[in-house]
Amino acid sequence: MQIGLEHYLAVAAALFTIGVFGIFVNRKNIIIILMSIELVLLSVNINLVAFSSFLGNIEGQIFAMFVLTVAAAEAAVGLAILVTYFRNRGDIAVEDLNLMKG
Amino acid sequence: MGPGSFIEPIIVLAPLLAAVIAGLGQRFIGDKPAMALTTGVLGLSLALSLYTFVDYVWLGGEARLIELFKFIDVGGFTSTWSIRIDTMSVIMLVVVTSVSFLVHLYSWGYMAEDPHRARFFAYLSFFTFAMLALVTANDFLQMFFGWEGVGVASYLLIGFWYDKRSANDAAIKAFVVNRVGDFGFALGIMACFFLYGSIRFDEVFAAAAANPGLVLDLNIFQLPAIEAVCALLFIGAMGKSAQFFLHVWLPDAMEGPTPVSALIHAATMVTAGVFMVCRCSALYEMAPYSAAFVTIVGAVTALFAATVGLAQNDIKRVVAYSTCSQLGYMFFAAGVGAYGAAMFHLFTHAFFKALLFLGAGSVIHGLHHEQDLRFMGGVRKPMVLTWAMMLIGTLALTGVGIPGTQFGFAGFFSKDAIIESAFAAGETGRTFAEFAFWCGITAAFLTSFYSWRLMFMAFEGKFRPNPHAHHDDHAHADDHGRKDARHDARHKPADGVAPAHESPSVMTVPLIALAVGAVLAGFIFAPYFQGVHAESFWRGAIERVHDPLNPPAAAHAPAAAEAAHAAPAGGHGADAEGGHGEDGHGEGGHHVPKWVLWAPFFVTLAGFVLAIPIYFMSSTAGAAIARAFAPLNAFLQRKWYFDELYDFVFVKGARALGDFFWKTVDKRVIDGLGPDGFASVSKFTARQMRKTQTGFVYHYSFFMLIAVAAIGAYAIWAGGGMR
Repeated sequence: MQIGLEHYLAVAAALFTIGVFGIFVNRKNIIIILMSIELVLLSVNINLVAFSSFLGNIEGQIFAMFVLTVAAAEAAVGLAILVTYFRNRGDIAVEDLNLMKG
Repeated sequence: MGPGSFIEPIIVLAPLLAAVIAGLGQRFIGDKPAMALTTGVLGLSLALSLYTFVDYVWLGGEARLIELFKFIDVGGFTSTWSIRIDTMSVIMLVVVTSVSFLVHLYSWGYMAEDPHRARFFAYLSFFTFAMLALVTANDFLQMFFGWEGVGVASYLLIGFWYDKRSANDAAIKAFVVNRVGDFGFALGIMACFFLYGSIRFDEVFAAAAANPGLVLDLNIFQLPAIEAVCALLFIGAMGKSAQFFLHVWLPDAMEGPTPVSALIHAATMVTAGVFMVCRCSALYEMAPYSAAFVTIVGAVTALFAATVGLAQNDIKRVVAYSTCSQLGYMFFAAGVGAYGAAMFHLFTHAFFKALLFLGAGSVIHGLHHEQDLRFMGGVRKPMVLTWAMMLIGTLALTGVGIPGTQFGFAGFFSKDAIIESAFAAGETGRTFAEFAFWCGITAAFLTSFYSWRLMFMAFEGKFRPNPHAHHDDHAHADDHGRKDARHDARHKPADGVAPAHESPSVMTVPLIALAVGAVLAGFIFAPYFQGVHAESFWRGAIERVHDPLNPPAAAHAPAAAEAAHAAPAGGHGADAEGGHGEDGHGEGGHHVPKWVLWAPFFVTLAGFVLAIPIYFMSSTAGAAIARAFAPLNAFLQRKWYFDELYDFVFVKGARALGDFFWKTVDKRVIDGLGPDGFASVSKFTARQMRKTQTGFVYHYSFFMLIAVAAIGAYAIWAGGGMR
């Protein structure tokens, strides 16, 4: 079986969906949301790399490197916020995170 | 324009000037000058009126019209401010100015201690002006002006003691009830202009006579024009003259000072309706249904008010219901075509009813503002002059006199003429005349009974002091003036004589003057209103074609009348006419059977005799009878429950309607769909929308995702799909 572009895209779509559902459905832990965001970003990376290889264009791979960088920064910032939040509220359950309610 | 033409404007306008000066200038000129001015001007007005009357009736004065200025002149509509002098207006001029002058005089005594005397006199003079404008009108608009003017004056004077709640209520009631009538009157005037193109009396009468078949087309149904106009005008008269259904304001109007009751609510204003119907006699003669309506309403009022008068305990209310009843007489006289008799009764009634009211006022004054008959008695001794005058008034009201002769008090001539007219008209088949006759006879009996009840309860027997003696402000103020006399009187009670005092002569002199009128007015003027001189007296001012007792000579046989005019050789023309009149009158006796002539006499006697054992010989029989027939007594005392009925239908009805419009229509529908509706819808929407703002990040991101997906899908679809 020849592994083609479609397979990569399918994997990426599956990862994206898992990531999105991880954000929505998860009620327990805010860290899981951060991880799900990583998954979403990864699925995007897979798409970028797959199209780059398919089209013979290096730009996609370069862009993937940027995304990785941003993801790393985002994870760092996110975890830092999380730590501060935990210090303030003593809890990081998603269900209680409704301070933005009007 | 001779010098005579200045007299009439002075009669009418001088009281207005006096009212303005006294009303607006009282602060500068003081009370006494204001009172003296208005009284003096009324005296002048009276003197000139008497001159005009004498000149017109005996000295060959002409019927004339003095046009002062154009009031309204728009397109085809003209109204001129004018003074019309004819038989109708000279009668009314004398009645109005004489009673008004005497009431002014009387008020010097009656209102002596009132702090607002000048205002009172200004109102009285203004009323007189409005009434004079009404009676001298030559078109309906000026009459309407006077009509409303007397209404305003009546309102102001009923509510004169403005710190008395009942007086204010009565004033408003009078005004509102009169509005109902005035609405009809105004519609009648508009109908006149619409149908006949004019509101001048002569032109309207001529136009109505020229188009007897004219029809008022109201799209839904059609009415004979003349009937519509007459019925509408009569509704106005019903309001002003307190006829059945619109009578409710008159008894309450007694809240005003007694001189006001005498002037406005007995002698003059309330007779304006009768005056108007007689003035329009030419119209009513052409409108048989309206005339029948007038007859019925008049007859029912005469009977109804007399029954209510039986059970009233307030001395003024008894007299007020008596007025109402007598007005009923006048109306059914007009209804059966006896306009002369109606005017005659108006004329005599003005004297004896003003006398009765002023006499009642004198009693009230003497008894420290006690108005309740139950707490009077024994007043005759201390107030013998008032008693004598009241006695004359009562004899005149009950119509004491000997039928077939010329001996009797004023009411005898006019009331018997009305009753006989009704009978005679019934004989000729006039609608409802017979009904009116029987009502009149019954009412005459009741009139006699309640009049003597009043006399006996007030003047005879032992004084019955009021256990809850009240001393309102006026009595108090009054006490102040005659402290000594009062205190003396109060300290010698218990022998059954009322602690009263005779009124000052400024009050008794008007009583005497009116008593003279009550005795002589009928005797002197019967030949003019009714008999020998009727033809030359009326000179066509009223329509007498169908006068049941005393038709004009021409009505019998036009040709014969012509002949009579021509045939009797020179110099006897006037005599012939007079002779005819006499024939008419002489036969008037023959037209009606003897028993009809004597019927009023006997029922009056019966009323008197019946009152003696109940109210004269016993002090408790009246109350005992009232208890025995408690439901009937209550029915009469509560005036057939008219106030309750009107309260239920109109007051409660209006309130319920208002509540409906307020609570249902405005609150629910308009506010509900309008402001409140918008508010609650946006509130509801906002509440629903708020639920989406949970504060959970994953909800927001979910929406973002859905939105991105939707926008992307739309972009792809709109862009023509995947290329």
